[in-house]
Amino acid sequence: MELTGAQALIKSLETEGVEVIFGLPGGAILPVYDPILDSPIRHILVRHEQGAGHMAEGYALATGRPGVAMVTSGQGATNIVTPIANAHMDSTPLVVVTGQVARAAIGTDAFQECDITGITMGITKHNFLVSSPSEIPRAIAAAFHIATTGRPGPVLVDLPKDVAQSTMEWWYPAGVEELDLPGYRPIPEIDEAALERAAAVLAASERPVLYVGGGVLKARAHEQLRAFAERTRIPVVTTLMARGAFPDSHELALGMPGMHGTYAAVTALQRADLLLALGTRFDDRVTGRVSTFAPGARVIHVDIDAAEINKIRRVEVALRADAASALEALEALGAAPANLDVWWKEIRTWQESYPLVYDPPAEAGPLRPQHVIESIHAASPEGTVVAAGVGQHQMWASQFWRFEEPGTWINSGGAGTMGFGVPAAIGAKVGRPERTVWCIDGDGCFQMTAQELTTARAEGIPIKVAILNNAYLGMVRQWQEMFYEERYSEVYLNADLPDYVKWAEAMGCVGLRARTPDEMRAAIEEANAINDVPVVVDFRTDTAEKVFPMVAAGASNDDIMVHPSQRRDA
Amino acid sequence: MSPEPFLGDVEHSPVRHHILSVLVENKAGVLARVAGLFARRGFNIYSLAVAPAESHERFSRITIVVDAETAPLEQVLGQLHKLVNVVDIGDISPEDAVERELLLATIATDVDNRTTLLDVIGAANASIIDVDAHHVTVVLAATPAGCDAFERALEAHPGVELHRTGRVAVPRLGVPTHEPARSR
Repeated sequence: MELTGAQALIKSLETEGVEVIFGLPGGAILPVYDPILDSPIRHILVRHEQGAGHMAEGYALATGRPGVAMVTSGQGATNIVTPIANAHMDSTPLVVVTGQVARAAIGTDAFQECDITGITMGITKHNFLVSSPSEIPRAIAAAFHIATTGRPGPVLVDLPKDVAQSTMEWWYPAGVEELDLPGYRPIPEIDEAALERAAAVLAASERPVLYVGGGVLKARAHEQLRAFAERTRIPVVTTLMARGAFPDSHELALGMPGMHGTYAAVTALQRADLLLALGTRFDDRVTGRVSTFAPGARVIHVDIDAAEINKIRRVEVALRADAASALEALEALGAAPANLDVWWKEIRTWQESYPLVYDPPAEAGPLRPQHVIESIHAASPEGTVVAAGVGQHQMWASQFWRFEEPGTWINSGGAGTMGFGVPAAIGAKVGRPERTVWCIDGDGCFQMTAQELTTARAEGIPIKVAILNNAYLGMVRQWQEMFYEERYSEVYLNADLPDYVKWAEAMGCVGLRARTPDEMRAAIEEANAINDVPVVVDFRTDTAEKVFPMVAAGASNDDIMVHPSQRRDA
Repeated sequence: MSPEPFLGDVEHSPVRHHILSVLVENKAGVLARVAGLFARRGFNIYSLAVAPAESHERFSRITIVVDAETAPLEQVLGQLHKLVNVVDIGDISPEDAVERELLLATIATDVDNRTTLLDVIGAANASIIDVDAHHVTVVLAATPAGCDAFERALEAHPGVELHRTGRVAVPRLGVPTHEPARSR
């Protein structure tokens, strides 16, 4: 069967089981857009290429399947660089197809030419420049294989226009061995000796903590984690990337560690004698000052990526494996610590003394952002998916939402990409249309990518957006208040400009506004009742509200600042 | 195989270095991937040599001397292994390596310096491979330290144009190489 390169590309995506492409056409990718008309694959036309990338990420995070985005050459491609970098930081499986100028024009500064494989070399797991139409199936098959195996990540396939226009005889790689990847060996064998050392170290431990990272979600190891934790009764902390990997309602759950983690999670790590680190990378937002992080703890580090082991923290036992296989192997050995009653007694004291708290809102407003999040959680169906942008609202969402299952928290961790929320929520809703999807956003983030609500309305993707509108770039404001003597530099945004209700309505969405707790409850109820179009609610929140607990940047986790109302020395 | 030159077979180098013999797929952009990785992770490259490897069609070998002060070797190996086009990494510590480097130099000659120059060339076991009325071109294949010493000896002569390839290395026979990081 003879196909054009363009047809071969679409057929390759179909063969990989792709159900949706997020994209925006342009000159160099034009040939590929023609066979989309004849394909069962759904294409979602975004308003900006960054939106396509974040939607693909949201889709991947919600479903566990790779997200697919397609854009044209040049600035179409550079516009999707931010999502690619974001996916690289958070190990999200993406396949991004970019158009490229014709082979003969490469290197001539042709119209809409840019070296996107060069630009994305350091922010993709791998990338390909396809040099002939017969290579398209192998490039696509390899892209999906690389994006989804080992430590997942984004893979970019750059397709010159004339390659898309030339013809090839259709074929498809029958298996991994036909992908021609002699240097790619993602699946390690578990080192039995290390496993036994891990069991021995665990058995000697009296104050262990399961330090759970995003790798547990990537490995779909949440059930193994729960079984292991319940048998051993080891307390569980879930990093920002791992929210949902272990139920927040579980008695063994201590919540999120790190800069804005719970007092119990942060302090348990500090006092631990053993960290069982699962698919996590000792990020600076978790460790604080590394030299004082968990000073008395030995470390068993389970990671699929050998380069993460001993990168930040020297470990006692290195187990190169995915979290699911490692937990199964430890389970099979019956690895367990000593009786943890004393340890738990200590932890319960911290939980009781320093729960997450906030001051109740006044009846006349302004709203408390934490209260808004708790109220949305209480009023929304079980299993609601939550996406967030980056900043104070993101931290509050992670703290005050209760995550019970994987794929319900869609967020930008390592890169901290403002504007991630709205498009990521759209992607999540496309992947899990049966779920209610709320985007908890900030007013700063919302303004960066809000145009994709037009996409959502046009494509019939009814997400709900809660703007926690405090009229500021809130997290920066918090730092300026606390560390720059309240010298507020370039952080004021104005709560009324733009008019978020009118903006929402202009994009075909329902726009609501709430200033008081009563209005808030009514708006949430109304938003949850609308299921045909997107809804945006402008919640007017208290500008002065800050995220606590907090460990200042570069400080030791021992110097955690709790909420003002909990400070004994105040 | 040239005999060892008198200038010495000293294996010491001013920095703590480690030799990585990296087998890569012979594909466009692979060198940029390797060099880019070192640049963005802050690993210093001390010298680098690239050439087609044993099976010329598919693979190339990049010999990288890495400054082991700038990053733990384990981290360098771990990150390198993640490059999809990197097939294998041989990791040789300097004391376990047989290292050679090629030096080409064109030197201006006249009646005043000819004799001393020929002495230096002869003593270093370098060979004259090209001449004209006013120049000689010499080649030396030696240890990096040997090349260093020869280079210093030539400094006394004006009008030297000198090129070095960067070193290549293989493990000394009878010494097992370090295990690649991936099989840890």
